[in-house]
Amino acid sequence: MRLILIILLCFVCSAGYAQECNNTLTGRVADRHDGTPLSGAVVVLMNTDKATLSDFDGKFRFSSLCAGTYSVEISHPECQPRIFSVTIPSEDELNIELEHHVELLKQVTVVGTAYSTKSETLLENRINLATLEEFSGASFGDAINTLSGVSSLNTGNAVVKPMINGLHSSRVTIINNGVRLQDQEWGAEHAPNIDINTAGAITVLKGASALQFSGDAIGGVIISEPARIPIKDSLFGKTILHGATNGRGGSVTTSLTKSYHSGWYATLQGTYKRFGDFEAPDYVLSNTGIHERDGSLRIGYKQFDQGFEGYYSIFKNEIGILRASHLGGASDQFSAIGNDRPLIIRDFTYDIESPRQDVTHHIAQLSGFKRVNDLGKLSLSYNFQFNERFEYDVRRGSDKDIPSVDLELTTHNVALDLESEIKDNLGIKVGLAGNFQNNFADPDTGVRRLIPDYDQYRASVYGIADLGVTENLNLEFGGRFEYTYMDAKKFYRTSFWESRGYDMLFPDIVIEEFDNQILTNPKLKFSNLSATFGLNYQFDSNYIVYANYSLASRAPNASELFSEGLHHGASRIELGDLGFSSEVGHKIGLTLQKKSGILRFTVNPYINLISDFILIEPTEIQQTIRGNFQVWEYRQTSARLAGVDFDLNADIADNLEFEHQFSYINGKDRTMDLPLINMPPASTTNSLHYTFPDFYDLVLSVKSEYVFMQNEFPDNNFEVFFPDTGTTEIIDVSTPPDAYHLLGLRAKAGFNIGDAGTRLDLGLAVANLFDTSYRNYLNRLRFYADDLGRNIMLNLKISY
Amino acid sequence: MTKYLFKSAFILMAIVMASCSNDDDTTPVPVNEEEVITTLTATLTPQGGGTPVILQSRDLDGDGPNAPVVTVSGNLTAGTTYDAAIVLLNETENPPENITLEVIEEAEEHQFLFFTSGSLNATITYVDFDSDGNPLGTQFTLDAGTASAGALRIILKHEPTKPNDGTILGAGGETDIDVTFDITIQ
Repeated sequence: MRLILIILLCFVCSAGYAQECNNTLTGRVADRHDGTPLSGAVVVLMNTDKATLSDFDGKFRFSSLCAGTYSVEISHPECQPRIFSVTIPSEDELNIELEHHVELLKQVTVVGTAYSTKSETLLENRINLATLEEFSGASFGDAINTLSGVSSLNTGNAVVKPMINGLHSSRVTIINNGVRLQDQEWGAEHAPNIDINTAGAITVLKGASALQFSGDAIGGVIISEPARIPIKDSLFGKTILHGATNGRGGSVTTSLTKSYHSGWYATLQGTYKRFGDFEAPDYVLSNTGIHERDGSLRIGYKQFDQGFEGYYSIFKNEIGILRASHLGGASDQFSAIGNDRPLIIRDFTYDIESPRQDVTHHIAQLSGFKRVNDLGKLSLSYNFQFNERFEYDVRRGSDKDIPSVDLELTTHNVALDLESEIKDNLGIKVGLAGNFQNNFADPDTGVRRLIPDYDQYRASVYGIADLGVTENLNLEFGGRFEYTYMDAKKFYRTSFWESRGYDMLFPDIVIEEFDNQILTNPKLKFSNLSATFGLNYQFDSNYIVYANYSLASRAPNASELFSEGLHHGASRIELGDLGFSSEVGHKIGLTLQKKSGILRFTVNPYINLISDFILIEPTEIQQTIRGNFQVWEYRQTSARLAGVDFDLNADIADNLEFEHQFSYINGKDRTMDLPLINMPPASTTNSLHYTFPDFYDLVLSVKSEYVFMQNEFPDNNFEVFFPDTGTTEIIDVSTPPDAYHLLGLRAKAGFNIGDAGTRLDLGLAVANLFDTSYRNYLNRLRFYADDLGRNIMLNLKISY
Repeated sequence: MTKYLFKSAFILMAIVMASCSNDDDTTPVPVNEEEVITTLTATLTPQGGGTPVILQSRDLDGDGPNAPVVTVSGNLTAGTTYDAAIVLLNETENPPENITLEVIEEAEEHQFLFFTSGSLNATITYVDFDSDGNPLGTQFTLDAGTASAGALRIILKHEPTKPNDGTILGAGGETDIDVTFDITIQ
C-alpha cells in the first residue's frame, strides 16, 4: 500500500450551448506519482443529489448541470476527502493537485495546491513539489533545467540563468507569487533572485501567452507559485536538510503553515544555504562558494468569494566567482584558454573572496480579490521590490572592500484585473497596470557606472478571451499594450561619445561637460504591442493538440542601450547603442500530447522569428594600457530560432517507468546568414525509475544525460600580436566543448515516525557518478575550468 | 465593495506616482575611475650621469576607444647600465593619483615582468623586492649590450603566483598593465 498518495485531479470543464441546465463537468482522478488512474474515487456534487464514482480510467462526468457555483467533494479509500469550488460553466481548465499523507491516523494533514491554467493553448510544463524538494539545496535555475527545451546560461555553477528555447535574460519573464521579478535580469551573470524552497509548483510556458503578466517574454514565462493553503483548521510544516559532498556544504529550509476554517492563514518560511569551493574532478574551483539566506511570510484571508494576502520575502545571496576567470586583457585570455587547468587553484575554503556578488532582493505585496455578481472576479495588487546588487572585483589598495558595482533597483507595481464570464462558453480576463522603476548607481564605487541612474514609467493594459467552440475545441486570443518612458542620466566618455558619432546624432541630450566625460539625459519612449492566438483540440480522450501563435515585443534594456566599458567578468569591452528599437518576436508552437496510457508523450516543434533581435558580438580589438581587449558590440538583426522538444514516458513493466527527453534547437542570424551564439546544443536525457510499492515507497532511479557538441556556432576568434615573441596567436573563444555524458543515481524512500503524523523522506543521489571531466558550452566560465565533478547528496525531509 | 476596490486602486496609483516624482531633478555626480592606470613612465637614468631616457605609455580615456600613446624619448647607449624607476599614474583624477605607492605597499600581490624581443641586447635585473624576498620591479637596472633594436615589454601582474619563473604563464594572476616599447641601442 502506498504510504503517500498524491492525487492529481484534472478537471476539464466544458460548457454546453443553451443557457440553462445542460452543462457538463468532466474530470479525471490520477495518482500523481506515476499518472495511473485512480478508480473508485467518490465524487460528490454537494448540495445536489449528484454523485458518481471515477471509472477504471479514473474519469468521471456530471451532465445536466445548471450554471452556478458548486462545491465538489472527492474522496478515495486511501485519501482524506477534499472539497473545493467549481463555477459552472467554467472557462478555465482547472488542475487540482492534492498532496496527502494517508497514514496520519486518519487525521487531516493535507497540503493542497490548486493551480489554475496559465494559458489555454500552450502546453504548460510543470515541475511539481516533489521534484522541487529534490532541488532544495540547488538553485532555481537548476530545477527548471530538468524540463525539456529549458536550459541555462551559467556563470560557474552558482549563477544559473534559465533559458527557454534558446532565449534568456530580459526575454524570459519570471513571476514569483504573482509578482513579476524585477531584479536586474538583463545581465547574463545575474541569476534570478528566488529561493527554490518558496515554490509549491513552477510552471514554464515556452511562449509569451501569459499576457496578464508581460508582453515582452519573447523566450517564455516562468511562474513560481507557493503551495495553496486549504481553508480548514490545520497546522503543518516541513523541514528539509540537504547535504552535498561537492562544495562540502548544504542547506536547511523550513516552513510552517497555520490555517483556520474561517479562512485565515499564515505561512512562515526560511532557508539557509552554505557551500565552500566546489570541485571539478581534478582540482578545486577556487572561490566558488555560496552563502544564501532567505525568508518569507504570507498572511492572508481567503474564502470563495473574497480574500486578501500580504506577502513579504527577502533573498540574500553571496556568490563567489571562480578566481581564475578574472583576467586582464587578451594575453591573459590566451594563457587561460590554452591551459587545461585554471591558472589559480588554491586549497578548499569556505571563504568567499573577490570576485564575488552579493545580492539582496526584497518583495512586498498586498493583494486582494472579490467576486462581484454580474461582473466576475476582481483582483487588485500592489507590490514593491528592492534589489541591491554589489559586485566585488579584485582591486588594489583602499578600494579592496569597495564594490565595483553598487546598484539599487526599486520597483513599484499596481495592477487591477477582472476575470469574467461573458457567456457560458466565453470567458475574458482584462486588466491594467502601472509600474515605476528607479535605478540608482552609487558613485562611491570608484568605477564608472555600469547601468546609469534612471526613472522608468510603464503603463500597460491587456485583454484575453477564451472561447469554447465545441466540447473539444477551445480558442484563446489576447492582446497587451505597454507604454514605457525611460528618463536616464548617463555619463559618457567624451572619446566614446565622439567616436560613436553621438555628438552629431544626439546633441540635444547633453546636460553638462566635464573633463573627459559628458553628462546626458536620454529620454526614451517605447510602445509595445503583444498578442496571442491559439487553440487546443482534444481529438479523443487521450490526445490533445495545442497550436499557438504569439507576438511579443520587448523594449531594449538598460544594458543594451547604455553599456560602454570594460566588463571585468567577461574580460571584454561591451558597447550598447542608444538608437535601438524594440525587438519583436513571432513564435508559432505546436504541441501534440498523449496524456495517459502505458505510453505517454509530448512533441513540441516551434519556430520563433525575431526582428530587430539584439545580440552582442565581437567587432574589434581595442588597445588599452592593460593590453588588448576584445570589443563586443550590441547590434540588431533578424533572427530565426527553430527547434523541437520531445518527452516520452513509458511504463515498461509493473513499477518500472522509462522517461526520455530530447531537445534540439537551431538559431540563425538571418541578416548575416550565420549561426547564433550560445544556442543550447542538442541533448537527451534517459531515466529509469523502479518503484517498490510495498517497501517504504522506495524508488530507485538511474539517469543518463548526453549533451552533444554544438556544431553550429559563429566564429568569434580573434588574433592578438605578442610583441615579445613577435608572433600572432589566435584566441579561440568560439569552439564549443566536446559532447559529454553524465550518469546519475537516485534513491528515495519515506518512513513514518510515531503516530503523530510525522513523516521522514530520505533521498540519496549521486550526480556525475563517474567523475567525468567536462565543459558546458553554456557555461560562461568554460574557458577557464571544468564543470563539477562527482557529487553525493543526501536529502532529508521531515513533514509534520 | 467594487467601489472600494477601485478607490483603493486609485489611491495606490496616486501614492506610486507621488513617490516617483521626487527624485527627478537630482543630477548624478561623475565617477572618475579610481582603479585605472592611465600612465606608465619608466625613467632610465644612465649610471654615472647623462640624459635619462623616458619610456611612456599614456591612455587618458582608460578602456575608452582611444589607444594609448606610446613614446620613447631617445636611444640607449651601448655598454651603459641604466637605473630605472617606474611611476604609475591615474590621470583621470585631478590631481593625478600615484598608483606606484599602492603597488609598493602591496608588493606581495604585484610583480612587474620584463621581456625583450627582436635582437634587442639588453639585460634586466630587479632592484626592489617584496617582504618575502620575491622581485617587485618598480625599480630595475637595464644593461644595454651591443648596438641592436627590438622591443621591451613591461607587464604588471596583480595577484601573481610568487615566486614564479618569470614567464607570463608561470606568474598567472591578472594583467594590470601590458605595454611594449620599441628600443634601439646604438
